[in-house]
Amino acid sequence: MFDTALSSSDLLFLAKGAGMTIIVTVISVTIGTVLGILFGVIRVQLGAVLSAPLTFFLDIFRSVPLLIQLVLANAFMGMVLRLQLSGFTVACMVLSLYTAAYCSEIVRGSIDAVPSTTRRAARSLGMSWAQDMRYIVMPLATRVALPSWIGLALGVMKDSALVYVVQVTELLKSTQILITRLQEPLFLLMICGAFYFLISFPLARFGGYLEKRWSND
Amino acid sequence: MIEIQNVRKSFGPLEVLKGIDLTVQRGEVLTVIGGSGSGKSTLLTCINGLEPIHSGKILVDGTEVHAKSTNLNKLRQKIGIVFQQWNAFPHLTVLENVTLSPRKVLGMGKAEAEVIAEKQLKHVGLGDKLSTYPSRLSGGQQQRMAIARALAMSPDYMLFDEVTSALDPQLVGEVLETLKMLAEEGMTMICVTHEMTFARDVSDRVAYFHQGIMAEIGAPDQLFGDPQHPETRRFLASVR
Ligand SMILES: Nc1ncnc2c1ncn2[C@@H]1O[C@H](COP(=O)(O)OP(=O)(O)OP(=O)(O)O)[C@@H](O)[C@H]1O
Ligand SMILES: [Mg+2]
Repeated sequence: MFDTALSSSDLLFLAKGAGMTIIVTVISVTIGTVLGILFGVIRVQLGAVLSAPLTFFLDIFRSVPLLIQLVLANAFMGMVLRLQLSGFTVACMVLSLYTAAYCSEIVRGSIDAVPSTTRRAARSLGMSWAQDMRYIVMPLATRVALPSWIGLALGVMKDSALVYVVQVTELLKSTQILITRLQEPLFLLMICGAFYFLISFPLARFGGYLEKRWSND
Repeated sequence: MIEIQNVRKSFGPLEVLKGIDLTVQRGEVLTVIGGSGSGKSTLLTCINGLEPIHSGKILVDGTEVHAKSTNLNKLRQKIGIVFQQWNAFPHLTVLENVTLSPRKVLGMGKAEAEVIAEKQLKHVGLGDKLSTYPSRLSGGQQQRMAIARALAMSPDYMLFDEVTSALDPQLVGEVLETLKMLAEEGMTMICVTHEMTFARDVSDRVAYFHQGIMAEIGAPDQLFGDPQHPETRRFLASVR
């Protein structure tokens, strides 16, 4: 089984693909989370009716398969807007909005989970809306949101495999290139899976650590 | 002084306060009794501007609570309110619960805020719980913490909304003792309560609310001993 043609330069090639997966994920999850918090807070503040257009826009990103979003966005940027964007840029833009759409749902639900009576108590102590948000709502909502957010980040990491359609060579694409050349699909997929695991593990553990730390209260 | 002048308030089609007139002097302890849904809680939340009113006026030390120009965050600094549900901030320790507002709203330094918070927490008998999280406190302790949290803002007025109603019977006494202590110290208080003995012992005046109207107000001896309004009589008979 370990009698393989895989060379150290091939491994390096895979590692580079893994690096691309990490970069695309980190950028998209970061931007997507910031946007998701913004959209989530706006949706809570405006209420369901006034925020309906925003919700509808975000729902598109949640319901259309990511592969189609990537291909269409790429074509739209190039042919309609005539922008010369790299596949990497398009991939990050689409994945960021995709993350933001899911994240805004998580944020909205987590803010709603903070009891209105607790917020009322904060306001009655003279806190402004912003102070209530910052010192009461955000810390409490973060605790509620964390498990779902970790799930989202890990999901985006795995979904980022689809960015190959806009010519970004990430981990899975790198693996496929090697499979075509070396004809050792099972072994290579095992290594690829191990890479994915190594990327996910720290995040999952970090989430577990935070949950434990916050469980005192 | 809190002046409530012909205040009306509705939730949708339901008129909850139907023209309330009431003045509470500095140093006075007023208790408000009355049946469920009579508008007692609503009145308290209107006094510190948590709820809007539809007509009439509420003045606190001459400042009109619901005027557009009134800075409510500032006004609320002098009106403490404690609710039936104690509403601890669960992610903060007892000490942090109490220091948060003095620090962020009044701009106090950490050390200064902690001195005040410790003093108030000792005052309500929680001096040994400073670094505990609220989830490890009993209901009565959480409610006393909520009182200390409000007191740490050095309010001129305290509003209490059935602060013992959600407590196990054996914990009611400790919270009522705390309220009594405040009353004896000269705090101006409006207490909505179902504890008739407490109302009788502590109040300067007792008001009876019935379906959005203040049906009767008087000294405790008069209101409990010789109620004038038929609804007051009916209510007192039902709770005895
Ligand atoms: N936010 C709200 N929206 C709609 N209706 C409300 C709201 N708050 C209170 N009400 C209604 O207003 C009426 C008065 O309520 P309020 O809470 O002031 O009564 P209460 O005298 O405090 O009663 P209780 O003794 O049960 O606490 C009730 O019929 C209640 O259902
Ligand atoms: Mg009530």
